[in-house]
Amino acid sequence: MNFLLGAFGPSCTISVDFSDADTRKQANIKKENGQSALVPLFHGQESVVGEVRIDPIPGKRVEHQGVKIELLGQIELYFDRGSFYDFTSLVRELDVPGVIHERKTYPFEFSTVEMQYESYNGVNVRLRYVLKVTITRNYATNIVEYKDFWVRNYQPHPEINNSIKMEVGIEDCLHIEFEYSKSKYHLKDVVIGKIYFLLVRIKIKHMELEIRRRESTGSGPNTYNESETLAKYEIMDGAPVRGESIPIRLFLSPYDLTPTYRNINNKFSVKYYLNLVLVDEEDRRYFKQQEITLYRAE
Amino acid sequence: MQAPVQDAITVAEEQEKWLADAMALVQHHAFFMHRALDANNLRDALKFSAQMLSELRTSKLSPQKYYELYMRTFDELRKLEIFFKDETKRGRTNADLYELVQHAGNILPRLYLLCTVASVYIKSKEAPAKDILKDLVEMSRGVQHPVRGLFLRSYLSQISRDKLPDIGSEYEGEGGTVMDAVEFVLQNFTEMNKLWVRMQHQGPAREKERREKERRELRDLVGKNLHVLSQLEGVDLDMYKDVVLPRVLEQVVNCKDEIAQYYLMDCIIQVFPDDYHLQTLETLLGACPQLQPTVDVKTVMSQLMERLSNYAASSSEVLPDLLHVEAFAKLSSAVVKVIEAQPDMPLVGAVSLHVALLTFTLRVHVDRLDYVDQVLGACVKKLEGKGKVKDSKATKQIVALLSAPLEKYNDVVTVLRLTNYSKVMEHLDYETNKVMAVVIIQSIMKNNTSISSSEKVDALFELLKELIKDSEGAPSMDEIDEDDFMEEQNLVARLVHMLVNKDHEEMFKILTTARKHFGQGGPKRLKFTLPPLIFAALKLVRCLQGHDAGDEALVSPKKIFQFLHQTVEALSTVPAPELALRLYLQCAEAASDCSLEPVAYEFFTQAFLLYEEEIADSRAQVTAMQLIIGTLQRTYVFGVENRDTLTHKATGYSAKLLKKPDQCRAVYACSHLFWLEEDGGTQDGERVLLCLKRALRIANAAQQMSSVTRGSSGPLTLFVEILNKYLYYFEKGIPQVTSNLIQGLLELIGTELQSENTAQDRAVDAFFASTRRYIQFQKQKGDDLAERYSSIQVVSPP
Repeated sequence: MNFLLGAFGPSCTISVDFSDADTRKQANIKKENGQSALVPLFHGQESVVGEVRIDPIPGKRVEHQGVKIELLGQIELYFDRGSFYDFTSLVRELDVPGVIHERKTYPFEFSTVEMQYESYNGVNVRLRYVLKVTITRNYATNIVEYKDFWVRNYQPHPEINNSIKMEVGIEDCLHIEFEYSKSKYHLKDVVIGKIYFLLVRIKIKHMELEIRRRESTGSGPNTYNESETLAKYEIMDGAPVRGESIPIRLFLSPYDLTPTYRNINNKFSVKYYLNLVLVDEEDRRYFKQQEITLYRAE
Repeated sequence: MQAPVQDAITVAEEQEKWLADAMALVQHHAFFMHRALDANNLRDALKFSAQMLSELRTSKLSPQKYYELYMRTFDELRKLEIFFKDETKRGRTNADLYELVQHAGNILPRLYLLCTVASVYIKSKEAPAKDILKDLVEMSRGVQHPVRGLFLRSYLSQISRDKLPDIGSEYEGEGGTVMDAVEFVLQNFTEMNKLWVRMQHQGPAREKERREKERRELRDLVGKNLHVLSQLEGVDLDMYKDVVLPRVLEQVVNCKDEIAQYYLMDCIIQVFPDDYHLQTLETLLGACPQLQPTVDVKTVMSQLMERLSNYAASSSEVLPDLLHVEAFAKLSSAVVKVIEAQPDMPLVGAVSLHVALLTFTLRVHVDRLDYVDQVLGACVKKLEGKGKVKDSKATKQIVALLSAPLEKYNDVVTVLRLTNYSKVMEHLDYETNKVMAVVIIQSIMKNNTSISSSEKVDALFELLKELIKDSEGAPSMDEIDEDDFMEEQNLVARLVHMLVNKDHEEMFKILTTARKHFGQGGPKRLKFTLPPLIFAALKLVRCLQGHDAGDEALVSPKKIFQFLHQTVEALSTVPAPELALRLYLQCAEAASDCSLEPVAYEFFTQAFLLYEEEIADSRAQVTAMQLIIGTLQRTYVFGVENRDTLTHKATGYSAKLLKKPDQCRAVYACSHLFWLEEDGGTQDGERVLLCLKRALRIANAAQQMSSVTRGSSGPLTLFVEILNKYLYYFEKGIPQVTSNLIQGLLELIGTELQSENTAQDRAVDAFFASTRRYIQFQKQKGDDLAERYSSIQVVSPP
């Protein structure tokens, strides 16, 4: 194996380390294969500082036409055959063309980087930030190394945060009035609310509150919508009678939520809904969906 | 009929199976929960406990089976609670735990876990008990399924019982006030009751019965809340009056459910202290008319009244309180209102309400006869226009209503003062009315109650009228059992002896009144009722005998005799001639004792008339004659002329009796009419001898008749009897009865005895032998009499 590695493998290893790796927070990210991994976490306007280390395989040397590091913000649409759209691209040249004989380290710094979008792993779309180190070579393929990091942006608490109140029903069959105390929630928030039964003529078995996420990708006729139910939270067991009011208290923290993304670079959007579902004894479902805005509070 | 039975079996089997399955799953999850607990793994502990609790989400089990499952998980939750407590020692805050358990996706496990954490949370005092309790009771609204909701809230009630911020509790103050505690329990109670009531309306109508049974099984879960309220130190009278009772009653009234209303009213009455009830009587009673018409209010109210009367009986200090709050007035008006509010209430309900009220009155206000009467009056009002009560249950209650005062006072006189008593009684059907009347009489007998005024007699007989006369609707005489009738009438007769007043005038009035009532009884009754009356009158006569007040007096023997005369006359027309005859003779004797010759004569006349006209049976004639003779003998009042007439009549009739022996005996009995021992009495030896001789002649004739018809002469009894008469008069010293005559008779008998014609009779032999022995004995006594006897020779038989 070593032989093979020596013959076809890269002649050097590249590693990227952040200067504050020990102290920096890490985000627990679920990868596509279902496993989770810890990734360094940044916010917008932060400086991304660190060093790149190039270790030639012992006994080999690396001839190159230059070494550079790029900070890329990419949107990857899965249905678009994995094409990337870079919405951010910053470059730092690390070395002029030459030969690397032994370990060489290059410090780098992207100061106060504009990273307005948050990292996101969706069903059809991925938004990622990555550091890309490229050793440019003349005749051989370039040696490239990626280093992912995660970006989250805190938002201020909204100034206006109205409650959601609505009366819905099916004529002569079911009339309810529901109320969620707010329309905008931060990710560790609690949905408080109440449901009043004004008229009940169906035999309700139970009632639950769902959190649904709708991810829209593309635009125009090529829009893809993908909805998933992230939470099913039973709030009522049995059939209520007229005049009954049922409390709602749903903690958002246990669920894997992101803020609402209205329009990310005209490529995609992610919206959240509270879906109130009543199930009757024949398993018919009656529901009412209300959009809520999620935001990330500090 | 096969199918339902089989169904029942399979249902039971199915239930068993479902329960077993659920139990097994609980066991299974509990095992993993225990492992997590041992490993201090909170996440897994919550996960497995939630799975375990998910078994409680079943809808298949009947409440009873569900309860078993609940108890099983309850035990497991205790372990979890301990774990939560340890968890906080390891640095996790209660608030954290409180949030964490709420992440559970299913509501039922979530709320059970929430309650379990809350128990630890409240104990830690990291948050005010009142806030946590309020949150719990509010969040529990999420479970709207009746059975599951009831058990969840029952769990809540269970874990919170010792953590309420009651007065004197460690949770008071920071944790809230007793008001919060009360509010919490009340709210839980209200919600539980709603769920409980809702059970009634869910599911198909044909399973109504089963549902009601299930509901009854669950009722204690609801009632427990009231018990908790009653146990709160802080619930004093004011709190009870202002908050607890109004709120509870509001719920009871508004739920409009029969089973709940009945049970909860009963609960309130049983759970809270007596003096609370007393002070809130108006409120409590106010709720009664508002209950559903089908609710068994009478039992509820009876229980309340019973409690109050027990309370009153418990100590004498309580009584003024009862009076102070006008318990009676409130209760009685409540009874009226309840009856008004429930127009469909069967009569039995209304009457038993009155019975309960009456029982209360009798126990608490023994001295207030007007109250008792008022209760009866109210009942009369209810019965008005209903005529005779047909419903047997209602009848029973009316009897209870009427018996209660009798038993309480043990004195009919008191009862007679109840003007409404008889009005109530009128509504009893014929049979029951009679039974009631018998009860009344028995009470009089048992307690030896004397009825001492004519008004009372009037009132009493009004009550007893079914016994005393034929009223409308009574069955005809043919339908009545003879023995029963006799027994009843005998009772009435005995009753007469209880009519007593020392004052003669009043006594006479009493008798007249009784007579008036008895007079309506018809011939069948008179036979029974009049004789005691007559004897009572005679008794009165004897009392008066000593001190004659003269004619001006309102009562005089004369008047009584007039009364007696009429009375006996009534009997004679019944007809009961033999009885009338005896009574005439009794009267005659009494009149004689009063020295009222004309009266006595009149009575005798009547007796003779009866004898002539009414008594046809020969045997009865014999008896009548004997009675007449006996009485006449003892009647001294007559002058010679009257006496002659009467004795003549008597002798005449005696000789005209049908059978010779009877004639003979009557005639020799007549001899006594001519020889009175007392001073100034007739002493006519001639006529005595005449009678005896005549008797002898008749005896002879009888003997001959016997020998002609039977071939042998009859026994010599008559002769021996006559001999004895002779001896009697001989000893009395009647000159006309001489030793010769006796000697002759002795010999005659001796001869006859030896005659072969004569039938042998040991009795006669013995009789004759002892007569002879008697003569011997007298002879040997050696006194004056012996001297006179000496001339008589007793020949010993061969």
